[in-house]
Amino acid sequence: MSSNKNQIKKVKFHVGKTEIFLLAVLALLFIIFAVATPVFFRFSNIMNLLRQTSIYGIVALGMVFVIISSGIDLSVGSVLGFSGTVVALMVTNNISIPVAIILAILACAAIGAMNGVLIYDGNVPPFIATMGMMSLVRATLMLMTNARMISGLPENFLAIARFNPLGIPLLAIVWILLSLIALFIARKTVFGRNVYAYGSNKEAARLSGIHIRLTVYGTYIFSAVMCAIAGILITSRLSNAAPTTGTGYELDAIAASVVGGASLNGGQGSVIGAFLGAIIMSTLRQGGTLLGVNSFIMEIIIALLIIAAVLLDQIQRKRGGKKS
Amino acid sequence: MANQTIVKMIGITKEFPGVRALHNVDIDVSAGEIHALVGENGAGKSTLIKILMGVHQKTAGEVFVAGKKIDVKNPIHAQSLGLSAVYQEINFAQHLTVAENMFMGQLPKNKFGMVNHKKINKETDEIMSSMGIDVGATEIMSDLTRAKQEMVAIGKVLHQKAKFVIFDEPTAQLTTEETEELFRIIQMLKDKNVGILYISHRMEEIFQISDRITVLKDGALVGTVDTNNVTEDDLITMMVGRKLEDMYNIEHVEPGEIVLQVENLSRAGEFEDIHFDVKKGEIFGMFGLVGSGRSEIVHTIFGDKIKNTGTVTFHHKNLSVKKPSAAIAAGMALLPEDRKKQGLALGLSVVENTNMASIKNIAKYGILNTKQGDEIARQYCDVLQTKTPSIHQIAGNLSGGNQQKVVIGKWLAAGSDFFIFDEPTVGVDVGAKVEIYKVFEELIRQGKTIMIISSYLPEVMGLSNRLLVMYEGKQMGILDKSEYSEENVLRLASGMKLERE
Repeated sequence: MSSNKNQIKKVKFHVGKTEIFLLAVLALLFIIFAVATPVFFRFSNIMNLLRQTSIYGIVALGMVFVIISSGIDLSVGSVLGFSGTVVALMVTNNISIPVAIILAILACAAIGAMNGVLIYDGNVPPFIATMGMMSLVRATLMLMTNARMISGLPENFLAIARFNPLGIPLLAIVWILLSLIALFIARKTVFGRNVYAYGSNKEAARLSGIHIRLTVYGTYIFSAVMCAIAGILITSRLSNAAPTTGTGYELDAIAASVVGGASLNGGQGSVIGAFLGAIIMSTLRQGGTLLGVNSFIMEIIIALLIIAAVLLDQIQRKRGGKKS
Repeated sequence: MANQTIVKMIGITKEFPGVRALHNVDIDVSAGEIHALVGENGAGKSTLIKILMGVHQKTAGEVFVAGKKIDVKNPIHAQSLGLSAVYQEINFAQHLTVAENMFMGQLPKNKFGMVNHKKINKETDEIMSSMGIDVGATEIMSDLTRAKQEMVAIGKVLHQKAKFVIFDEPTAQLTTEETEELFRIIQMLKDKNVGILYISHRMEEIFQISDRITVLKDGALVGTVDTNNVTEDDLITMMVGRKLEDMYNIEHVEPGEIVLQVENLSRAGEFEDIHFDVKKGEIFGMFGLVGSGRSEIVHTIFGDKIKNTGTVTFHHKNLSVKKPSAAIAAGMALLPEDRKKQGLALGLSVVENTNMASIKNIAKYGILNTKQGDEIARQYCDVLQTKTPSIHQIAGNLSGGNQQKVVIGKWLAAGSDFFIFDEPTVGVDVGAKVEIYKVFEELIRQGKTIMIISSYLPEVMGLSNRLLVMYEGKQMGILDKSEYSEENVLRLASGMKLERE
């Protein structure tokens, strides 16, 4: 292959082109909305934006790992709802809040492990395995709650989402902290690098002696744990747990990952990208609301953004020279 | 036979960046002729047929089809000229029926605009029965054996009324009876005045079926002969007839103790009763044609495939691995045939690939020391003189030779002392080949051991101390360097005995 201009692509370990591009898009959106409506740049509004993004931003952190491993996790919405209901059931039955939170996370991790078993040991395609799990968990939830909402949660539990140290919502803080942890895992841990290796080339990973089973299990467990945390937070925020909570979140999480540069072919994607992807999407939604733009039009714009992100990636790849 | 010439290629030259694959090659095929094309791997056979079929464009030369000078632009153009090919890998939609595959791309419609299944099924059955093949039009492709699928491919050729058909190693995966069946049908095509270009490694087949034989070597024409006027020995001499080049002249070391001992190794349907040993510092070669079981053997030793019987002793320890990780831990490295599929994560950087098999060495409690990882990548890029603009470059952007070096670096980083190279120089240009051989030299100088599998005979003979030859899953013999001759190896690899006094 002859050397050409597009060669020097510093990926993964550095802030890449995609991330810089996304930051530019985000900055542009901020400027547009700030000019169009003075309310937008108020501290309270920015905090509100972060709070709103945090729930599916956290889900996207798990999703981006799954996508990098060349998988997909459609069960995230259901697992999120499951976590919320389980924690709500426990705290309304006088189980202490920390215990309830830990148990909810463990229960969700078990669901993630089941995804892993189906996908690795059962060789079920991730799309099918997690789609099955999505329906299974959702239906179980309905059965557990008789399709009714659980309310009357203790004050202490509701205080979690209301906690605003220095005016910054705890939800946003958790999201940012988890993002940093995910970033660290992705870049600096054996597990994280194995996820990239496995997603990029399964055969090479296997022949290099990488523990594939642990990598696959770990990926889906990580995703489920993120959903568990998001589910607990959203329950605290909404002051109740509806069995339908989280429906459709998988698509937002996938969208955030993809806008952030993740490739469904695996091996490609970044935590920073998913973080920025999530915040860009909710900035569009919120800015649109503030401006009074028809919400359907905003959805169209977001849809175009997702398609454009993937198209751009493809075009860039073609220019980079086809690999024979 | 005073038949007209269907295809004529004159002075064909094809250059790829860095290599000249073909140089001034002439060949012609007449109607009703079976013309065999032979030559070692890398001789340029597939390049030649790809030019004829419009897959590659020639650099120089002329192609005549039915007397008219033509530039075949692409495979569809070739098809419209009545040229067709039955390739080694058959491309069918496995979930569709035989008839649907046969008519793919030209499905006829009935008066309601639906697919006229009645018509295609009827015509397919007619073609199949005209060939005397027991395949129903409505059978699902994936239910058919390989041989039957091949017959369908030929049926499709018949249906397209091709005037010229290329068979590329058609018997590579067929049983003896299936081969006979195939020959009967090829004979039938011949009787229909179709011109046939037949590519095979198997001497007996070539003599059984062909009218003329063209021999290629290193991209050049050796000659075209009438099959009746030559013997197998003549042909092998034509295919060989050249001294080894200097590039294989690497410095060997005195072999030490036995490092790897393989006894009685078998894997059902792939190979049986393999036994050999490899000594420290040796370059042990393994040669065999595609499907002879050579890659399967090394994958089994490596623990990537599970053996049925036999023992593998490595560094005096029984290696009963079911997973590559155990073999890797013991110091074994496999550099697979399909580098891009199995060896390298193309989308990841040089650093990541280098550390992939030894990632735990640069981590504490699961947390990586990325500086150390970068350091290691830099070190092996230096040692191997890997040409990359940066260690963070994506592996897919490197040249073939440099990709190979990255894979070698990965195993050096993992502390391997036993390297199995499966076709190390496929898709690598001459300059990079020399560099890779230098790396081999360096490896054995450092006391490492190498096993090399190659279907390119000059390479494997030029580099190895001893050579194990395989034929259809059977170990035909191990040659010492003193017994090396291309003739000896080719005889064994085509299932013939050595002429030993």
